[in-house]
Amino acid sequence: MDVLKKVPVREQDAKVRATNFDEVCLGYNESEAMEEASRCINCKNAKCVQGCPVSINIPAFIEKVKDGQFEEASKVIGESSALPAVCGRVCPQETQCEGKCIRGIKGEPISIGKLERFVADWARTNNIKPAPPKEKNGKKVAVIGSGPAGLTCAGDLAKLGYDVTIFEALHKAGGVLVYGIPEFRLPKDGVVLPEIENVKALGVKIETNVVIGRSVTIDQLIHEEGFQAVFIGSGAGLPKFMGIPGENANGVFSANEYLTRSNLMKAFDDNYDTPIAVSKKVAVVGGGNVAMDAARTALRLGAEVHIVYRRSEAELPARVEEVHHAKEEGIIFDLLTNPKEILVDENGWVKGMRCVRMELGEPDASGRRRPVEIPGSEFELELDTVIMSLGTSPNPLIASTTDGLEVNKWKCIVADEENGATTKEGVYAGGDAVTGAATVILAMGAGKAAAKGIHEYLSER
Amino acid sequence: MYQITRAEKLTDQIYLFDVTATRVAKSCLPGQFVIVKLDETGERIPLTICDYNRETGAVTIVLQTVGASTMKMAKLKVGDSFMDVTGPLGVPSEFTNIPLEELKQKKYLFVAGGVGSAPVYPQVKWLHEHGIEADVVLGARNKDLIILEEQMRAVAGNLYVTTDDGSYVRKGLVTDVVRDLVEEQGKHYDVCVAIGPMIMMKFVTLLTKELHIPTIVSLNPIMVDGTGMCGACRVTVGDQVKFACVDGPEFDGHLVNFDEAMKRQQMYKTYEGRAILKLQEGDTHHGGCGNCGGDK
Repeated sequence: MDVLKKVPVREQDAKVRATNFDEVCLGYNESEAMEEASRCINCKNAKCVQGCPVSINIPAFIEKVKDGQFEEASKVIGESSALPAVCGRVCPQETQCEGKCIRGIKGEPISIGKLERFVADWARTNNIKPAPPKEKNGKKVAVIGSGPAGLTCAGDLAKLGYDVTIFEALHKAGGVLVYGIPEFRLPKDGVVLPEIENVKALGVKIETNVVIGRSVTIDQLIHEEGFQAVFIGSGAGLPKFMGIPGENANGVFSANEYLTRSNLMKAFDDNYDTPIAVSKKVAVVGGGNVAMDAARTALRLGAEVHIVYRRSEAELPARVEEVHHAKEEGIIFDLLTNPKEILVDENGWVKGMRCVRMELGEPDASGRRRPVEIPGSEFELELDTVIMSLGTSPNPLIASTTDGLEVNKWKCIVADEENGATTKEGVYAGGDAVTGAATVILAMGAGKAAAKGIHEYLSER
Repeated sequence: MYQITRAEKLTDQIYLFDVTATRVAKSCLPGQFVIVKLDETGERIPLTICDYNRETGAVTIVLQTVGASTMKMAKLKVGDSFMDVTGPLGVPSEFTNIPLEELKQKKYLFVAGGVGSAPVYPQVKWLHEHGIEADVVLGARNKDLIILEEQMRAVAGNLYVTTDDGSYVRKGLVTDVVRDLVEEQGKHYDVCVAIGPMIMMKFVTLLTKELHIPTIVSLNPIMVDGTGMCGACRVTVGDQVKFACVDGPEFDGHLVNFDEAMKRQQMYKTYEGRAILKLQEGDTHHGGCGNCGGDK
């Protein structure tokens, strides 16, 4: 064994997986996990823990894995994270825990994500469930949204003895974990559902089909339903479009719509009634993780798929692993390319896209080199579907129906980073509703901070 | 689960249900809608709220069978349940926000086409309960497609019924009635609210523009989540793109791009046709739908 290299993780073959929705990564088995764990040098002042937004005691759980004490390892992770099977799969470990790993200075870092995933999967297969708190304190907290921020906040508060109810607008709990991230990256029934069941096992109640601001307001929850504190983890919001001609043509979708149809409504499965466009040639505009998810979904539904991104590969905001997987599966990357117009046929359907080639100029405010159009380089792509994956803007519903809740100039809810406190007493917020679109783990970090903030607030009352 | 406490067939294609959805019944207002999902594999279907009872928690919904999902729903009986009912969604009708004294100065004309009577009814009823009598034009292709006539008569100021083929009351389009009321009978209206098939709303707005009557329409485009997340329901209003689920469903009818909206409604027609075929043929289905692979 080469200690400088990660124990490789088994994956479905790229050609095979490009035609199914089964999970790409197959994960470690017990011996592979123990071998990988033995590479950890168990640093005293572990940098990896500092890189983790929920501060999992990483060396401690890896130590347990090394010794084959997998249940103990799951308890160590459980102290800090309610969703380890999710995080082991979708966290950007390369910029967090693994990015700080001392092993990574000379050689490859420990495969912390894959080990976390292994432990969580092992615990699930062996039916290890978190124990509910022995004593309830009788204080009611409402959590809005059952995505990563809400589930984490609810789980932490339930462990402290609070009576927590999560309100979810959709018909299924999980937020972006069920409507956004595809099955092949994060299995719903196999991974997400059991993780939510674990949060419920702590005593958390989940009421679906409740749209806060419409079905009931935050002020009503506090004054009429007896909730003493509220956490808002309502997520990212409304999809953005480019504002170019032809964008309302039939066959132009937001990535949110495309992914919601496939993931939440299971349109890829013939047994479900919700339809999804069957496309021959698709362009996905954008370069983030959501763009990769949409592209790889369209590919699995049988289309030739192009990623159209205005900067170069180095600037792609998606995780390296996702880009790598997309390429392996046959996604075509049209980089330094920007759409100018969507071409529409006489019946209102997409028939193509007029694009222009770009080159990189001086760095802009984000530090990335600004893409500039190359004059005279316009060309047309023949297509039948365009998926816009340009990010989201906040949903104004909660802020506009809650007295005294301040938003910033981007319409995101203003909340203290340390404890999640908003401008309204007893109301806390975190995740994409505060930061704009970010990652699962950052939302979990914010949910965790807010749980602490709410506990401090309610302990003083 | 959301239990059905009343199920009525209004016409061959239009069905009415009372369903217990306490939070919706408690907070909904005219102009809003719900999203209903029959079972695990069902679609999320946006449906208008036709009536509500804050005490019993009942919400009245009316659906027209247009696809496989609505055909399955049409078979439901008292005691059956919908797996999911979400709402209320969308912005309430504008008049619910106008001070009553100001509202009492305004003369409203409602134009309801076919199943559009369902969303018009709670609006006229709300105004009636607040002491305002609005005129209502109720139209449909033929007599069998006129719904909620008696209920509407009980809350409307004047009710004018018309059928395209003349099989009931009078022969003529709703636009013929509106033109007659304004030009021949000299009636004055401050606001027109037109709800019905997209093509009807388009022609009503063309007429009311000519007659200088501000007009509100209620759109029912394709939706998935209904909370603003997916953008499927986007519609061009003036020079802006709006999401019908969160910015609407009611918009200034003189600014709506109906031609685009009508094209967008056709988006899944082929899929719907195939799904209906599969549903109707049931166990005898063995291909031809383009979906199941049975014909390969």
